[in-house]
Amino acid sequence: MLRSLRVRISQGRQYIGDLRAAAPANFRGMPVIADAACAPACRACADACPSNAFVSLDPVQIDLGRCVQCGDCAPVCPEKKLTFTNACHTAAVLRDDLLISAHRPAPPPIAVSAALHKQFGRSLRLRSVSAGGCNGCESELNAVSNVNFDLGRYGIEFVASPRHADGLVISGPITRNMAEPLQLCFDALPRPRFVLAFGACAISGGLFAEAPQIERQFLDANVPILYVPGCPPHPLTLVNGLMDLLGIALP
Amino acid sequence: MPPSPYLVASSLSPLTHVGFNHALRERLEAGARALTYFGAPLADGAIELTALLQDEQGLSVLRGHATGDAGLPALTVQFPQLHIFEREIHEQTGLPMPGHPWLKPVRSPVAPMAAYPFFKMEGKEVHEVAVGPIHAGVIEPGHFRFMCLGEQVHHLEIQLGFQHRGIEALVLQRPLAHAAALVETIAGDTSIGHTWAFCRALEAMAGVTVTDEVEIVRAIALELERVAMHLTGLSGIATDIGFLQGGTTWGRLRTTLINLSMQLCGSRFGRGWLRPGGVRFGIDAETARRIPDLLAQFQRDMRTVSALFETSLSVAGRLHEVGTVTAETARELGLVGMVARASSLDLDQRVALPGRAYTRLPMPHAKQLTGDVWARAALRIDEIGRSVVWLLQALAVPGLDAPPLQPIGALPPDTLAIGVCEGWRGETIHALQTDANGKLRHFKAQDPSLRNWFGLAVALRGNDISDFPICNKSFDLSYCGNDL
Ligand code: SF4
Repeated sequence: MLRSLRVRISQGRQYIGDLRAAAPANFRGMPVIADAACAPACRACADACPSNAFVSLDPVQIDLGRCVQCGDCAPVCPEKKLTFTNACHTAAVLRDDLLISAHRPAPPPIAVSAALHKQFGRSLRLRSVSAGGCNGCESELNAVSNVNFDLGRYGIEFVASPRHADGLVISGPITRNMAEPLQLCFDALPRPRFVLAFGACAISGGLFAEAPQIERQFLDANVPILYVPGCPPHPLTLVNGLMDLLGIALP
Repeated sequence: MPPSPYLVASSLSPLTHVGFNHALRERLEAGARALTYFGAPLADGAIELTALLQDEQGLSVLRGHATGDAGLPALTVQFPQLHIFEREIHEQTGLPMPGHPWLKPVRSPVAPMAAYPFFKMEGKEVHEVAVGPIHAGVIEPGHFRFMCLGEQVHHLEIQLGFQHRGIEALVLQRPLAHAAALVETIAGDTSIGHTWAFCRALEAMAGVTVTDEVEIVRAIALELERVAMHLTGLSGIATDIGFLQGGTTWGRLRTTLINLSMQLCGSRFGRGWLRPGGVRFGIDAETARRIPDLLAQFQRDMRTVSALFETSLSVAGRLHEVGTVTAETARELGLVGMVARASSLDLDQRVALPGRAYTRLPMPHAKQLTGDVWARAALRIDEIGRSVVWLLQALAVPGLDAPPLQPIGALPPDTLAIGVCEGWRGETIHALQTDANGKLRHFKAQDPSLRNWFGLAVALRGNDISDFPICNKSFDLSYCGNDL
């Protein structure tokens, strides 16, 4: 009993009160592209990028849906144009919103969806399917329910059965060997239902986009309502995206 | 000098398939361990075989050539530790392996998953329980087929491959500079363990030597990863048995440690930290001075919750004598890492192949005797304690600021290089082979899970099916690390 109390006291208060305001120290979250000229014909950043995230070089545009936040581009830029912030407000409802440049430095803020707010604003059940995920995304998905982020306080929980779920969270690039189980799982969700893409792999195929073992047709038929970028995304990136989209605890 | 955790060999002259089989058998009979054994198809249709062996002298390699028509008689029956390697060689190269008792798919890269040839158990009172690939929690996919007599598991068959994304081939296709980011996702919870093994192989091949301080920063990253993942596993076991204080407090302590990794390198999983030629982030003196306070607080809280766990009768009642793997079975099956140490084997590459970091600051070997779920949990608590003490020593080493990355120049032709690193699950092994022009022509990555999955299947024999979750958590294996 005394031991148990001691553990309880050591635990203290762990939850983050204002999740929207939380800023993880030194998180390499989002690239920032300075508004400066590039050296002529330079493509050092694009060559260094393992994920093909530089979709154009004039002007420099990065696709956050592909970026794995490795940071390998920053040191090779002769003009020192690339830096990173710890931004966790980077989720987007449209795929194209993930394209950033010097002139559009971040995805636009997410507007509340009246329909989703009405349906799921006070209770949302999610089923996770890892389809080639490396356990980075899965670990961070688990973290959103831990004592720090505690998304359960707003009625958002991960459930075991797809029959109990409102939404399907995909992580991983969707391997050929998982394509069928993923489809079967989604078919078991009652309507209304939706898909959410968590991490660079799920959004774009990420580092594996060109691998022949990847089969992404599922996403053609089931377009995600929310894209959560990162490799893996910080739990707060999902938390912020969901809270904004569902209109939870608005300031 | 203790033996090195890497090996380079140029222009190996291959044995014939008969000579190779003979030599491999002799070395294993003489007591060597096989660390890895893989095949690569050559342009002329032959299969190139490579076995990495370890004995007191350190690492050594056997190289052979076999042809498809002749095949290669399997050695698994005599040396069960080879079973998964021979299955993998067969699957990846098509080389016939006559005499292998169950040449089943390792990850089904081509065949449909539904074609997997499961064992069948027949009888009036037997039944099968199929679970997965999608499981109840937020976790990677794999299929478990329990063959039961009542509540008792007679045998568990594990089908993997759902996560196969062809990572070895991608590393070869992409520019070498992109390899590290890919390697970090072989098993995303072992980014450091894999990337260090990869760096060791590539640096050894390119003849690049990083400073001792760089090696120590890498080891700091590795131990932080170990502590964090051991805490994840302990938290999972605790939650599964309803010991909720352990579940939440270990989970919370893990957050502290992964956030420390993030402060040091920008990522909670150590992404982007290690690169061939060095580390992208060092630890400046000011930061190195601040961390010990955090670790001291961590140590106090860790001891408090672990004491509660270790003295709780309900915990002991639930974990003792469940999922037991004897030392003999562990050795025979070639189990590695913390699972092997929990079954009392002396198997820690930080001790056997310490490299410069663990030669300068040795890591004491931890082990447990009973090989059950309790032993695997107790071992992880013990290893967390040892790693934290080690981290405190390492942070006192001066000069941990990172020098710029050393360039990796042209690679030598016809060279094999292998790197080994004791990650939190066990030994991760990376092998690189260049062609006559110094271009990489083969890449082999091995997660310790590849060998330990079969250990889990054997551990469950004779146990109640309801004990599967805690057995599984106590092994804590990687799906994607197996599936590649
Ligand atoms: S940080 Fe993103 S954009 Fe930069 S190299 Fe890495 S993946 Fe590419």
